[in-house]
Amino acid sequence: MFRYFVRRVLQGVLTFFGATFIVYALMFANQTDPLQALAGERPLPDNVRQALTERYHLDDPFIVQYGHYMRGLLTGDFGVSLTNRKISEMMSQAWPVTIRLAVLAMIIAVMISVTAGIISGIRRGGPFDTVTLVITLILLALPIVVLAPLAQLLFGIQLKWFPATAGADPGLFQLILPAAVLASLVIATEIRVTRASVAENLRADYVRTARAKGLSKRRVIGIHVLRNSLIPVVTLIGLDLGNLMAGAIVTEGVFNIPGVGFNLFRGIRTEDGPLVVGFVSILVIVFIVVNLVVDLLYAVLDPRIRYE
Amino acid sequence: MTDIKAEIDVLPGLDSSARLLEVEDLRVEFRTPAGVARAINGVNLHLDPGETLAILGESGCGKSVTAQAIMGILDSPPGFITGGAIRYRGVDLLKLPEEQRRKVRANHIAMIFQDALSALNPVFSVGFQLGELFRVHRGMSRQDAKRRAIELLDMVKIPAARQRINDYPHQFSGGMRQRVMIAMALALDPKVLIADEPTTALDVTVQAQIMNLLAELQRERNMGLILITHDMGVVADVADRISVMYAGKVVEEAPVLDIYARPAHPYTKALLESIPRLDLKGQKLNVIKGLPPNLTRIPAGCPFNPRCAYTRDVCRADPPPPQYDVAPGRTARCHFWTEVAGNEPAVS
Repeated sequence: MFRYFVRRVLQGVLTFFGATFIVYALMFANQTDPLQALAGERPLPDNVRQALTERYHLDDPFIVQYGHYMRGLLTGDFGVSLTNRKISEMMSQAWPVTIRLAVLAMIIAVMISVTAGIISGIRRGGPFDTVTLVITLILLALPIVVLAPLAQLLFGIQLKWFPATAGADPGLFQLILPAAVLASLVIATEIRVTRASVAENLRADYVRTARAKGLSKRRVIGIHVLRNSLIPVVTLIGLDLGNLMAGAIVTEGVFNIPGVGFNLFRGIRTEDGPLVVGFVSILVIVFIVVNLVVDLLYAVLDPRIRYE
Repeated sequence: MTDIKAEIDVLPGLDSSARLLEVEDLRVEFRTPAGVARAINGVNLHLDPGETLAILGESGCGKSVTAQAIMGILDSPPGFITGGAIRYRGVDLLKLPEEQRRKVRANHIAMIFQDALSALNPVFSVGFQLGELFRVHRGMSRQDAKRRAIELLDMVKIPAARQRINDYPHQFSGGMRQRVMIAMALALDPKVLIADEPTTALDVTVQAQIMNLLAELQRERNMGLILITHDMGVVADVADRISVMYAGKVVEEAPVLDIYARPAHPYTKALLESIPRLDLKGQKLNVIKGLPPNLTRIPAGCPFNPRCAYTRDVCRADPPPPQYDVAPGRTARCHFWTEVAGNEPAVS
């Protein structure tokens, strides 16, 4: 187990460097003239241009720039954005908001999808199952760029159930609507996986044994079936965290939430390399850690899996 | 503890002088999109304490369905019991409300399944799955239940029971797993044990150990055992009586020695002739031609008639052959049983 853990961590380090390198390269390749973008319409004086070029090492070859950047990153220095703000400061404001949003979305998604998945798994072909199927199909068909403004228009502006935008330091209530929109991104697949898993486990031989042991239906399903059914669901939930982060870029943009996605969105638009790569680096670390935790959790949930 | 046991044992109408288990004219059908499959068409069985009844037949003849109907664990839908009675000490189990029926399982009638690896829950330790019985049915604490679970593993002769109690099913060998199944079935001291092909998934040496263990535990507890199998070799060693099933009916029932000496139904005879024998080495093995009937379209008359060497016109027409009394305690559903069994009257 320990060796497996160490190997996974080492793999994670490699993944980290690979991913940041690619992101950095993409930003680099996409760059036309970030300094001009910064200045907008006005012409940029030559001496300013020269000073900034030196400051951001814009004249160096790509690999040297990457080296400079990584050196800073590894010593805990995220550098400054092209708008001259400390990126570490921006992060400490943005991350708590996004974590709140993602966790809220995750809770909403898990509560709805596990409950609905179990019920439709038990009563396959029943009215509940059919209605759930139709709803999941609609959710799957609607991309979040459509769903988010739609939800904002309907629940935020017309019905006024929730605030339409979240504001500078959003609390839980302001985040409910965006979190629900974000959750809808993963609910459909989570319901389908739970349903399939429950249905499959209900047919398993050990269920017959449990019934032959004179256990109540409640216990057979609530303990024996559920514990087995949740193994693939837990894995999926872990991996869905990635989807939520990606979805957050659009959701935070639409609902004006000053989180990671919001900053990334702005960074990409203004060709702000240091900003984008800094945020993505942390995202990569989150992904790697979550994946590792999911894999370790998998071994805890399913005793048949032992990592060597 | 004994008080709780006594309390649970009380079933309304339980009559200790009535027969331990009696199945009468049981009928089960499966309603599938492809049609109604009549899996059990009037099965009669009975079992006394300490007795071993073997139910023999090909796959799909209704052996396992009969067992599941007795246990009350038939998947419904698609399976429906459409008629008959299953009486345990005089109590018709089919008329019991589900809550009481549930308590009959494991407490009075228990069951062992074929493949212990899939029949045990992979994600719970053996100790949990054994202890669960005591916690649910006897209201024991986790600790007491665990202690009893260790005793059970000892009883089925699993070495180092105390250390292995926290192991998971996949960590046991096939034979040890089947011992765990047996321990689980016997935990609450049932009076009837149904073993559905308990040794099919095991290799031959282990098979013998498991059968010996079952026989030993049965003797100690004076328990009635229903052994479902398609292995005539296993049957000969342990069974007292045999019921041969074909297309959802018991076609022949007899004490074990009689049936081997002189089968009275063509199907039984064909089964016996298809056992490979050392003294006939090199010769072509006898097989039963054809396939068992599709249960959605059982042929008129005797269901075995398309595969039978004795078939005459009467066999192809309804009504199917009745249950002929061949000898005391011996029946066969064949119009020509005298011919099958040989000319002299078949007496045991």
